[in-house]
Amino acid sequence: MPPLPRQKSTRRKQIETMALYPLAWLEERSGLVGAVKYFLFRKVPRDVGWPQTLGSATLTAFLVQAVTGVILAMYYKPHPDTAYESIQKITNEVTLGWLVRGMHRWGASVMIILLFFHMARVFLYGAYKYPRELNWIVGVLLLALTLFEGLTGYLLPWDETGYWATVVAININGTAPILGPFIVNVLQGGAEIGEDTLSRFYSLHMLVAPGGIFALIGLHLYLVIRLGVSSPPWSDEAAGREREPEPPGSGRSGLTQPGPRGAAK
Amino acid sequence: MVEPDRTPHGSPPSLWPVGFALGIAVLLVGLIIQPFVVAPLGALLAIVFGLLWVRDVTREHRGPVSAEPVVAAPPPAPVPTTAEGFPRSKFLEAATLGLGGVIGGLVTVPAIGFMILPAFLDQEVDEVDVGALDDYAEGQWLITTFLLDPAEGEVTRRTAYIRSNGLIESQPSFTILSSRCVHLGCPVQANGLPDEKNAKTFKNKGGAEVRQIPVQPTGFGCPCHGGQYDNEGNRKAGPPVRALDRYEYAIRDSRLYLRKTYSVSWVKEEGAKARIKKYGAADPGQHVDGIEQILYPIQPEQITG
Repeated sequence: MPPLPRQKSTRRKQIETMALYPLAWLEERSGLVGAVKYFLFRKVPRDVGWPQTLGSATLTAFLVQAVTGVILAMYYKPHPDTAYESIQKITNEVTLGWLVRGMHRWGASVMIILLFFHMARVFLYGAYKYPRELNWIVGVLLLALTLFEGLTGYLLPWDETGYWATVVAININGTAPILGPFIVNVLQGGAEIGEDTLSRFYSLHMLVAPGGIFALIGLHLYLVIRLGVSSPPWSDEAAGREREPEPPGSGRSGLTQPGPRGAAK
Repeated sequence: MVEPDRTPHGSPPSLWPVGFALGIAVLLVGLIIQPFVVAPLGALLAIVFGLLWVRDVTREHRGPVSAEPVVAAPPPAPVPTTAEGFPRSKFLEAATLGLGGVIGGLVTVPAIGFMILPAFLDQEVDEVDVGALDDYAEGQWLITTFLLDPAEGEVTRRTAYIRSNGLIESQPSFTILSSRCVHLGCPVQANGLPDEKNAKTFKNKGGAEVRQIPVQPTGFGCPCHGGQYDNEGNRKAGPPVRALDRYEYAIRDSRLYLRKTYSVSWVKEEGAKARIKKYGAADPGQHVDGIEQILYPIQPEQITG
C-alpha cells in the first residue's frame, strides 16, 4: 500500500508563509515572480535534447565576457603609452589577474565557437523557418556584433600581433567600394592609426557593441518565448503522429536520453 | 480542435534560381578568362533566368492577366466630417511624438557628429626633419624612422626608405618610399641585411629621435602576405594593387624634410630619371588606376581639404 501524502501541520504552514513572505510581497507589487516563472518554466517539445542548449551556452559565455570585461576595465589603461604595461601588470602582478584575463581572452573564442555551433544547430534543424525567420535575422546581427567584439578586443593588448592585425583589418574595410576610404577614417579616428584609434576601439569594445548585444539578446529571447522551441525535424509528434505509450516505469530517464525517434513508425 | 494549416508557406521548388546562379558563375568566370564572349553569355543567362524567377515569384501578387480593362470604381463618397475636425487627442499624440523626435535629434546629431567629424578634420601633419643632406650619400639607401607627430609620441613612428639620387640639373633628388605595404598596410622590409653597425641616431629640429640604418636592398618585401616590390617600389609579385607610396619632400637650409605621402601606380626608369605616375594619397588596398579605380571615386581629403 503506497504511503498516504503527509498532511502539513498548521505550524509548518505558518513557517512556510513566513519564509515566503518576501517573495509574496514582491509578487503582489511587481508580478516579477510570475514573470520569471513564465520565462523559465515554459513548455518545450518532448524530444528536445542537448543541442537546444547551445543558445543558453552562448549566452552564458557572453555573461562571462561581460563580467570579466567589467573587472578588467578597472585595471586597463587605454593609451598607447600605458596599454601594454597595464596588461602586463594585470597578468603578472594583480592578484588573480591572470585568471580573469585568461577567462576573458579564451572565453572570447569559446563564445564565438558556441555561437557557430548554435547557428549550425538552428540551420540543420530547420529552426529558422516560418515563423522564426526574424529570430534568425536577429541572430545574424548578434553574430556580426560578436565578431566585431573580437576585432576591437584584439587591438586592446597593444602588442605587435594586435596592432598589425588591426592595421590589416582596417585596410580590408578600406577596400569596400566607394565608402571604404571613409570607413578607414571613422575606424581610426583620423587619417592614421594613433592614440585615438585605441580609445575608440576600447569604447566600441566595452560600450557600443555590448550594449547592442544586450539589446539584441533581449529581442532574441523575447522571440524564443513568444514562438516557442521548435521540434527537431525527425519529431514524430510534430509530424502529427501519435506517440507510443512509454513502457511503465521507464519514463524520460534523464536529460541525455533522446526521444524514442522512429519508434512510433 | 483546429486542424493546423498544412499548406506550404513558400512557392514550390523551381529551377530558375539555379539557372540564375549558374549565369552569375559563368559571368564571374568569364570576366577572368574571356570578358568579351563568355562573360556576356553569363550575363545573358543570369538576366533571362532572373526574369523568369521574378515572374514566378510575383505571379501570386500580380494575379491573372485579364484581357478586359478594369472598370474604374466610382469615387468614394466624401467622409462626413465630425464637428471636431481634428481631435485633441490626435494633436497631443502628434505633438508628443514630434517634440520627442526633435529632442532626440538635438541630442543625437551632435553626438554622432562628434564621433565622426574629428576623424576627417584637421588631419594635416607638419613636415618632419630627417637630417642634413650630407647624411645621404648618393646611391645609398637609408632605413629612416621618425615621429610623424612628436606630440602624440611613439605610436606615430613611421619608416621611410630614402635614397639620394645625386644632383639633377643642380637640384638634389631623392627616392623616398613609404614602408606601408599597399596591399593591407603591413610594414614592408628591405630585402637585404641592415648595416646596424653604421646606424645613426640623432635628434631632429623638432627634438624627436630619428634613426638611420644603411642597407643595400634588392627590392622590398612584405612579411604579412608576401607582396614584393623592386627598388623603385613597383610591384613585382603578390597581392599589392599598385606601387609603393612615396613621400613628398622639401629641402631647406641643407636639410631634408618629409611631407605627406602620395600614391603611385607605376614608376618607369630609375632614380633621378624616374617618371612617376602620381595620384592623391589612397589607403592600402585601393586601386588608383585601371577599371577598379571606379570603386574609390572620392577620397576624404577631397571633401575636407
